[in-house]
Amino acid sequence: MEAFESFWAVYSNLVLTLGTNSLLALSIYLTLSCGMLAMANAAFMGIGAYSAALLTMNAGVSFPLALAGGMAAPAVVALLIGGPTLRLSGVYLAMATLAFGEVVRIFIINTEAWTGGALGVNGIPPLTAWWHVALGLVLACLVLALLRRSKVGRAFEAIKLDETAAGLMGIDVNAYKMLAFVLGAMLAGLAGALNAHLTFFIGPNEYGFDRGVEILTMTILGGINGLMGPISGAVILTLLPELLRGLADFRNVFNGLILVLIVLFLPRGLWDPARLRGWLGRRS
Amino acid sequence: MLEQQLFNALSLGSVYALFALGFTLVFGVLGVVNLSHGAVFMVGAYTALQAVTRLNVPLAGALLVAFLASGLLGLLIDVLVLRPLRARNAPHLIPMIATIGLAIAINSLAQGLFGAENLRFPAEVLPQQTLTFAGLHVTVLELGIILLSFALMAVLLLVLRGTQLGRALRAIAESPKAAALLGVNVGGLFMLTSFVAAGLGGVAGVLIGLYSNALFPLMGQPILHKGIAVIILGGMGDIRGAMLAGLFLGFAEVLSVAYIGSTMRDAVGFGLLFAVLLLRPKGLFGSTNERKV
Repeated sequence: MEAFESFWAVYSNLVLTLGTNSLLALSIYLTLSCGMLAMANAAFMGIGAYSAALLTMNAGVSFPLALAGGMAAPAVVALLIGGPTLRLSGVYLAMATLAFGEVVRIFIINTEAWTGGALGVNGIPPLTAWWHVALGLVLACLVLALLRRSKVGRAFEAIKLDETAAGLMGIDVNAYKMLAFVLGAMLAGLAGALNAHLTFFIGPNEYGFDRGVEILTMTILGGINGLMGPISGAVILTLLPELLRGLADFRNVFNGLILVLIVLFLPRGLWDPARLRGWLGRRS
Repeated sequence: MLEQQLFNALSLGSVYALFALGFTLVFGVLGVVNLSHGAVFMVGAYTALQAVTRLNVPLAGALLVAFLASGLLGLLIDVLVLRPLRARNAPHLIPMIATIGLAIAINSLAQGLFGAENLRFPAEVLPQQTLTFAGLHVTVLELGIILLSFALMAVLLLVLRGTQLGRALRAIAESPKAAALLGVNVGGLFMLTSFVAAGLGGVAGVLIGLYSNALFPLMGQPILHKGIAVIILGGMGDIRGAMLAGLFLGFAEVLSVAYIGSTMRDAVGFGLLFAVLLLRPKGLFGSTNERKV
């Protein structure tokens, strides 16, 4: 028990970050599974983090309510920008959502009175306990797993495979895309809200381009063939820098190269049930 | 005062245009959003700095070395990463992610080798003269940046418009398969495009390094984001559009700093980008944007 306590004292932040990163990976998985490469998740995470942190610090609301606020705010923003943005497809959607992320970052920097501008928000109460993260992740997985098996999940799948054909089959493509986008924003917001109450400090630059890319990378690394894909990707990419710590300044070189190698040699991501079955001798 | 600002905007905008040109060329011909273009830009700047400080190469020579080094890096990226992905017919997103990985690796390699702090070109290699005409103070450095950028862009445009090579490249941009059937050496031209685009990116890196006189391992990231804005403003894959949009972004940034405030500088580019994507996704100057089913 003592060993566990000393482990927890050192690594609790890392373990909880595994959880919040998994939520982030799942949030982009949602839009990807509906065939959209939307890169606004870092921005939604930021909106969630700021809303929740300002709610607990300035409005003095209870933590669960702040988390709800951290999910609601990005959902509302997603609804607002989703209408015009989701008309775009492919690379254009990726670019527009990336640009939206920059707009959010600059907005935060320029609204100093509320957000502390470039200096960020300091002294956020550390309210996030391990079970908040665990519960959030379990609930998210549960909802997503149910969604996958439902009519909604099948509609996402159809849209991902061929948008036009899905539309012709009577699927309301725009409504389902919006649903995926808004749900993804809520998940990212939850991750941001949890993360903000874990790290004491948040700043606008944490939610920029690099974070967006990191989130996407986790999901692609793990693969989008199921919920385990994004989660395993998040776990690996969160642990990798720790494991490569010995390489000091060069550790990101390996981080980057691993990403390239995965894309080149494991096109369907690490978590590929079909390949796993192949390895374990056909058990279909 | 306004003339002075306009001149500064011209030198900044011409470098943006030069950077975006390679970026958009790769998208137009190879169909890839190459997110390692910013890292290649940084490699160009660092190569020139090493050539100047260690080998005492004059600035013009250093520019050439930077062009070749970053061009070779671009070629390597094409051969080792993009070509296998092409062969597999991977969707758009995949090369984008691969080049993100490359950018991370290259940027942190530079950080490991040269440290994270800002490096500078030694003052004695920079041209120090200032010309004054019609009340306008023009440093020779800025003038050189503008002239070199425009010269490179003009050469590229002439090649694309007027030569057999340019026609072949435009044919590939239209359809690589059809071009191959017509006897165009598609693989070779992909490699050439990667080389030239990366080389131009590297030269842009040197020019920005000279302009701001601050080189750091992540210097490619902000310009990469601007490059994304520029090629969308100009219409993806549209060479002339990228040039105009690059200049336009330079003007928009400098004027907004001068008349609105420096914090709005980055908001201008991305605000414009967001607006253009929503209102006119084919870009300000684009004309073709068919949706493939």
